[in-house]
Amino acid sequence: MLKSSLGAAAVALAAVYALVVVPAEGQMTTMINGSVYASYGILALSLALIWGYGGILSFGQAAFFGLGGYAYAIAALNLGNTWAALVIAVALAGASAAVLGYFMFWGRISDVYLGVITLTVSLILYRFLNQTAGDEWTIGSAPLGGFNGIPSTPILTLPGLPDEPLSPEQIYVLAMGALFVGYLACKLLVATHFGRVVVSIRENEMRAELLGYDARLYKLGLFTFAGALAGIGGVLFANCVFVSPNMFNLQTNGQLIIWVIVGGLGTLAGPVIGCFLLLMLATFLGTVHQGGGTNWFDPNLVLGVLLTLVVVALRKGLLPLAIAGFDAIAARRGQRGRLARAADPLVCEPQAE
Amino acid sequence: MDYIVIIVLQLAVTVANLALIAAGLAIVFGMMRVINFAHGEFLMLGGYAAIVSHRAGVNLWIAMFVVAPLVVGAVGAVLERLVIRRLYGRMIDTMLATWGISLALIGLVTVVFGNTVSGISPPLGSLEVGRYAIGRYELLLAVVCAALYGGGWLLLRRTSFGLIARGTMQNRTMAAALGVDPGRVYAVTFAAGAAVTGLAGALIAPIAGVVPTIGAAYIAKAFITVISGGAAIIAGTLSSATLLGSINTAFAFAFSPVLGEVALLAAAVILLRLLPQGITGRFFRKSL
Amino acid sequence: MTEALILEARGLTMRFGGVTAVDGVDLKVRPGELRCLIGPNGAGKSTFFKMLSGQLRPSAGDVVFKGISLVGLPASRIARLGIGIKTQVPSVFNGLTVAAGVTLAARRSLPPMLARARTDETLARIGIGRLRDRLVGELAHGQRQLVELAMVLAPQPDLVLLDEPAAGMTADEVSRLADLVVELTRSSAVIIVEHDMQFIRRIARDVTVFNCGRVLAEGPAGQVLADQRVKDVYLGKEAA
Repeated sequence: MLKSSLGAAAVALAAVYALVVVPAEGQMTTMINGSVYASYGILALSLALIWGYGGILSFGQAAFFGLGGYAYAIAALNLGNTWAALVIAVALAGASAAVLGYFMFWGRISDVYLGVITLTVSLILYRFLNQTAGDEWTIGSAPLGGFNGIPSTPILTLPGLPDEPLSPEQIYVLAMGALFVGYLACKLLVATHFGRVVVSIRENEMRAELLGYDARLYKLGLFTFAGALAGIGGVLFANCVFVSPNMFNLQTNGQLIIWVIVGGLGTLAGPVIGCFLLLMLATFLGTVHQGGGTNWFDPNLVLGVLLTLVVVALRKGLLPLAIAGFDAIAARRGQRGRLARAADPLVCEPQAE
Repeated sequence: MDYIVIIVLQLAVTVANLALIAAGLAIVFGMMRVINFAHGEFLMLGGYAAIVSHRAGVNLWIAMFVVAPLVVGAVGAVLERLVIRRLYGRMIDTMLATWGISLALIGLVTVVFGNTVSGISPPLGSLEVGRYAIGRYELLLAVVCAALYGGGWLLLRRTSFGLIARGTMQNRTMAAALGVDPGRVYAVTFAAGAAVTGLAGALIAPIAGVVPTIGAAYIAKAFITVISGGAAIIAGTLSSATLLGSINTAFAFAFSPVLGEVALLAAAVILLRLLPQGITGRFFRKSL
Repeated sequence: MTEALILEARGLTMRFGGVTAVDGVDLKVRPGELRCLIGPNGAGKSTFFKMLSGQLRPSAGDVVFKGISLVGLPASRIARLGIGIKTQVPSVFNGLTVAAGVTLAARRSLPPMLARARTDETLARIGIGRLRDRLVGELAHGQRQLVELAMVLAPQPDLVLLDEPAAGMTADEVSRLADLVVELTRSSAVIIVEHDMQFIRRIARDVTVFNCGRVLAEGPAGQVLADQRVKDVYLGKEAA
């Protein structure tokens, strides 16, 4: 149990740093970037949950991120009440996941097809929203704006004070806070009976069925939860950037997969760490290329090569590697790291696939 | 009357378009069970190969029918050697690695050619049907597409290579025991799939133009067409291209081209719920 | 219905393409009965089990369990009605510990505290209490058979289907398994597919012989095993 307390301590430290130290320093760029990272981090968390624990390979998880964002923007523009818009957006993202999940899980399509279908749905939305530039594409008082998205998205207000939008600092604290709360919620979820059944379905779906658990229902529940979670990420993104069709595109979905793989499939913290590290890398690469000329640090090129290398050469992400390293050290010190692992019924090995 | 003729021709063109962009993927996925996420980028490379070599003075038809397949086939062969070969049998890892390749190719082409649209205007002018017109070049695509699928059918059915390829795909171990080198069959199949994709990419380049990121516009349609088709690669891909192409055309005529595409993708999602094994999982089971 | 049956299969048939794996099988099982299915490989025994447990949907015929037709029900629903199956190849959760897997099975019908108690009880009953914190994937084949058995028995099903439970077990484990199966019939009906004739002789009361997807013979073990036709198709090979 030493390891899980170490993990908890690390998460607590990160929370203190992100929620107390950074706001106290008051660096605006850090906080604005941090808000974007945190909203993406929640998206990464949602994929980490369904893929790493549920074995559901959603290549289009960003669809719910984008739907959440758009629903928030449209509802906020029409209603004026941003918190009601938030609730509507999260509910809509969850409901869309439920509908899509019904088609996929009741059709019993396999992993690979599921990946392609989810991605297709995300790309359908991308293509659809891209062409909504005209005036006829207006919902209530919200123009969809086509490729440009909805730059006029209202910012969340202080609860009860509809005329006081949150400052960027407050948005930062809200986004980071939501990321940590989301992480804890996922952590709790996988520790419940529901979470254990979900893991058992990933391990052996037929056996879970033969024990009386309807795998379709459990997967649907998990997928819906993750869809709503991604929706929260989308709402936060709408508050620190603005919504545009790019939230749904192939690049966003591809990056998301890379964060999860590089950070470590089968863990919750790993993909969030992967998300932050790679976004920092992308930001850094963006600033390296100021001199003009040929830019060999094209983010797509770097990320693409990185993903291929991790899959071919490493096969495990950063966090599982770090844990394995920790185990090796612990074992050398005579601690029985392996037994401690075995005693924890929720140890999640990455999928053997 | 003219209207009907033009709709039928337009339908043929849409179906041929789908079948063309899906062909290389059907070869690689149908025969090797490799999901190649870089398929869209192979199409993009085919387009660039044709346009760049044409601008360098190569005859347009040679650029499209010779240069593009050779270039993309070579790229495919190299990637098979470096990446795909290490991942056979690990379907999901292959998807992820090829997704990495996809991003890397987008990045690479952006670095070399810049993030701008290149294009050449479609040759051959247009065919007038009463008050309507359709590009002759687009009709040529339909003919090439038919020839490609006909040739593929003959290759698989009538040649010893086709027999060896089908045998290896059915049972790798057994083929190896009979003296076939499965590694070589896979390498050749992957390169052939890439070459066909390069050809398709070159053929649609005059219509659609090329940008480094254009692969994203094709990838979903190509996957959906192949997967909806099911196990039989030729009959399946053709029948799903026909079905999805018809839906696309109907919605495009009734509403707008983009809604046509949205309807196509949505129809595919519903189709997979109804026929999880694809069209040839239920119909035309004995076909190729 | 004059006699109380827990399970009745009527004309149960399964065709795969042109092959008929199970061809019009009738089977009646009373509560608390212990029935052995024997027959050569490919006789359709495992396919028959898969139809009972909902893994396969029969091409024709009907199965009635406690008065409810099972045809078309999903496997999970059939399990909740009270049928537990140990499959031929052990189907277990390799990434979980023994205790976690068994608790999961018990937890379906019990609150957490009781499920934990049931887990301990079941593990003790099967004699694998010392394995409780091991990862299932690390265990030997015979041990994994026992883990699967524990998962099947933990929810206390009314009908237990055991497909070759003794395969890969040591002589010691086989003998304990035989005792366990006999004891099991106090609370459940048991249908068991097995090749090990020692095991069958030790536990069996009634035997049904499958051959080519049909029931060849049925009756008390001694009588059926003495039948010349049965010897021809099955025991002839075994005795050699």
